[in-house]
Amino acid sequence: MAPLLRLTDVRKAFGDNVVLHDVDLEVEHGQCVVLIGASGSGKSTLLRCINLLETVDDGVIELEGEEITDPRVDADAIRSRMGVVFQSYNLFPHMSVLDNITLAPVRVHGVDKATAQREARAMLERVGLGEKATARPDDLSGGQQQRVAIARALVNRPALMLLDEVTSALDPELVGEVLDLLGQLKSEGMTMILNTHEMGFARQVADTVCFLDGGRILEQGPPDQVLLDPQQARTRQFLSRIHA
Amino acid sequence: MAESSTSAWAPSQRQLERERYRRSRSLRSTLIAGVSTLAVLAVAVTALVTSPGWPRVQETFFSWDKAVEAFPDILQGLWLNVRIMVGCGIAIGLIGISIAVLRTLRGPVFFPLRAFATAYTDLFRGLPLLLLIFLLGFGVPALRLSGLPSSALFWGCVALVLSYSSYVAEVFRAGIESVHPSQRAAARSLGLTYAQSLRHVVLPQAVRRVVPPLMNDLVSLQKDSGLIAVLGVIDAIRAAQISTAADFNYTPYVVAGVVFVSLTIPMARLTDWVARRQGFHGAGGMV
Repeated sequence: MAPLLRLTDVRKAFGDNVVLHDVDLEVEHGQCVVLIGASGSGKSTLLRCINLLETVDDGVIELEGEEITDPRVDADAIRSRMGVVFQSYNLFPHMSVLDNITLAPVRVHGVDKATAQREARAMLERVGLGEKATARPDDLSGGQQQRVAIARALVNRPALMLLDEVTSALDPELVGEVLDLLGQLKSEGMTMILNTHEMGFARQVADTVCFLDGGRILEQGPPDQVLLDPQQARTRQFLSRIHA
Repeated sequence: MAESSTSAWAPSQRQLERERYRRSRSLRSTLIAGVSTLAVLAVAVTALVTSPGWPRVQETFFSWDKAVEAFPDILQGLWLNVRIMVGCGIAIGLIGISIAVLRTLRGPVFFPLRAFATAYTDLFRGLPLLLLIFLLGFGVPALRLSGLPSSALFWGCVALVLSYSSYVAEVFRAGIESVHPSQRAAARSLGLTYAQSLRHVVLPQAVRRVVPPLMNDLVSLQKDSGLIAVLGVIDAIRAAQISTAADFNYTPYVVAGVVFVSLTIPMARLTDWVARRQGFHGAGGMV
């Protein structure tokens, strides 16, 4: 079976600034890939390219065997097969929590409103926010908002979840509740690519850890290998600074 | 290290094919847009010139000789409109922003100022502009108070300023309130006073956001400046009216319309350009 996601020689530049150099990556069904690296190493851009929020300058990205970097594909349809969670939650402040979650099912996937609301409530239960359906995003804590954002992405049954530094804006106490939820998703078989600075979490849930530097994947492998026994000097340097 | 790989990198065949495809798509879109525009124009023009009444309409509204004859007077009138627009525009901007700031003041101490600002906008936004022009233009000079200017033009302009500044104040207020409170908090945390944070942090962001609606009001002001013709001054529209009255040929109105439009279009492009140059692209991203 083809991998769920395959990147081949992906390149992205903003003007003269090459952000991704010939990136190759394979993600199997149910796998959790964690991207680590300094700010500006290209982690976020990689996620944005996969979600077609950025157009690659060369190379191929295939989702379930289909090339999604072809300009002929319907980008909206491709995006609706992935769930994205952002660092700053990006909930819609003018809608209730429930409406945030049912927006895409009703408007994009044509689910009738009653069903969408039932599923949304079930999803809220799952992320531990069953009683917050009618609240506004502004009334929630950061961790709660981020869990709503995850529920909003999950309710569309994505084949792949992309999580862009989803705990970076949270205080340490709230980080835990979001990471627990992600660990639970992983154990349920959700395929995820996430970039994070939480090395402990990466060790726990990742099947593969990729270390990015200057737009290249310098090192990739099982978490214990990359995080505990890095082969590259640059990786060792990065990790020592993080742990220090 | 980016430089060396940039020079070494050459796009793959696949990428070249993608770019060819994108180019051909954009060429196709441009062609479709061009052809459909021409087609719509052709239909509209044909419908117009083949209509039974067209020769009559052409004579009455689009007479070249009449246009040439009326043009100098209209242009002279237009100069008055331009001066009114610039002079009143500046006054409206200053008063509008002051009223807006007064309305956003917090705290019970400022209640009288807030109340004044609210009453100002309620009153002058509600009063029909024409009534205001009559009241001030004929009423105030009739009081024969010494020391007050008696020129109809002056009082007409005052009426314009009162009415428009109340609209503009509400536009500015919306802009001020759209700046996120965290910006004010950040400014205050640096030690800036309330007035300083307003002046250096809040207002610059607020004004930038409301440039398009302010532009609306400026264009509208340009046209409404013609209303003070009721006081006897001769602007472009009044000049056109005088010229029309001679033979009931409406071409001068069309000429006045054309000169108004040819003033507003460069103004709109100028604001677009200024907004772009300041690096403000609105709140939207690329998707």
